[in-house]
Amino acid sequence: MQSLNRLKESPSQTAGPYVHIGCVPNFCGIEGVYPEDLGTSMVNAQTRGERISVTGIVYDGTGTPLKDAMVEIWQADADGLYPSPEEHRGTADPNFTGWGRKAGDYTTGEWVFETVKPGAVPFPDGRMMAPHISLWIVARGINIGLQTRLYFEDEADANAKDPILTRLEHQNRVPTLIAKKTGNGAYRFDIYLQGENETVFFDF
Amino acid sequence: MSLTNQRPAAGFFARDRGWQPEALTPQYKTSVARSPSRALLSMPQTLSEVTGPVFGHNVIGALDNDLILNFAKSGESAIGPRIIVYGRVLDESGRGVPNVMVEFWQANAGGRYRHAKEGYIAPLDPNFGGCGRAITGEDGSYEFRTVQPGPYPWPNRGNDWRPAHIHFSLFGQGFAQRLITQMYFEGDPMIWKCPIVDVVPHREGIESLIALLDMDSTVPMDARAYKFDMVLRGKRSTLFENKLEGN
Repeated sequence: MQSLNRLKESPSQTAGPYVHIGCVPNFCGIEGVYPEDLGTSMVNAQTRGERISVTGIVYDGTGTPLKDAMVEIWQADADGLYPSPEEHRGTADPNFTGWGRKAGDYTTGEWVFETVKPGAVPFPDGRMMAPHISLWIVARGINIGLQTRLYFEDEADANAKDPILTRLEHQNRVPTLIAKKTGNGAYRFDIYLQGENETVFFDF
Repeated sequence: MSLTNQRPAAGFFARDRGWQPEALTPQYKTSVARSPSRALLSMPQTLSEVTGPVFGHNVIGALDNDLILNFAKSGESAIGPRIIVYGRVLDESGRGVPNVMVEFWQANAGGRYRHAKEGYIAPLDPNFGGCGRAITGEDGSYEFRTVQPGPYPWPNRGNDWRPAHIHFSLFGQGFAQRLITQMYFEGDPMIWKCPIVDVVPHREGIESLIALLDMDSTVPMDARAYKFDMVLRGKRSTLFENKLEGN
């Protein structure tokens, strides 16, 4: 018989409490090695689309903010195009990176992304997904990065038809994936690792 | 659009969750309040997961892959056993993955991290920052020079010590391949006493995180070498994509 000769994915290990040293060294005071931390800014003056901010805190099961979490986001541009070689539908905004990385504040645990509201992206069957941002969360005590999505409170019609949100068996958990609008272009998205309001995490 | 006549989408192999650590691993105490208690929801991969950020080689500075020099004062260098760490980033089909941003960070030779929240009494090395990065070549290869990190104690059980290790962060071609892991050193007895290592459920999985000493790649009178390959999720080939290259 032949063999598939597959390798196994490297086992994940926690990012640990010192993830800052490797991923955001300037944030933790290691200056002069890199000119700036990767993922610090996603937009510039020419970026197309509606400017938004997304602010949040990651909470543990006791309700305590994580002060050592690192959050990364990945999203389409304002027209729904990804700045990626895997994007074959068009060319994304060259003034938008699509990817951001933030460490939680040492005291409060809060992080803020300055970005643009993403456009809609199709599901594999051609239906449109509601505008959303993909998130990846690591921290001390998290053995493998957690994947979730952020949808927008003011996209209720699109959310109601979203192929992922409508697929959730427990519809009462959908609100954990919806960012609240707190002001003009400002959204709040807190993440709960455990408890009654535990955020939905995905295995994509 | 018909649901029965779609082009199969590109995507990654399903992650083998039985091979990866569980979220709740009580021997590593911090996981207890930080582990989701509900099952992960399995969903189809979409463009949002199969795309990911791309970093150009122009991001990388000349000393980014030399931790001995990249934080050192001019004419000085970090203290400790000098080593080269090299290897390849592969996917589960064994293909090298090019253009992967690989970030690495570590304690100094005494086991001390340069971090405000570090609590170990071992001294800082004024010439060692502890971070570096590289982008893989066409065959998935990377390398960097550093000092071998020391083991260090950490507050978990009464007297837990981490084995010497280097942290690695990897971007593949899609956001769903994102991975952070740690590299350990061949022969370190602390590997088998560590509750963080122990979250990896299979011994073969742990062994896949242990780099081998490679005396053939040593630079005489400068640095010994350790070889460390890493594997990202495999990519499904689809004949129905517009582009066949890179599958």
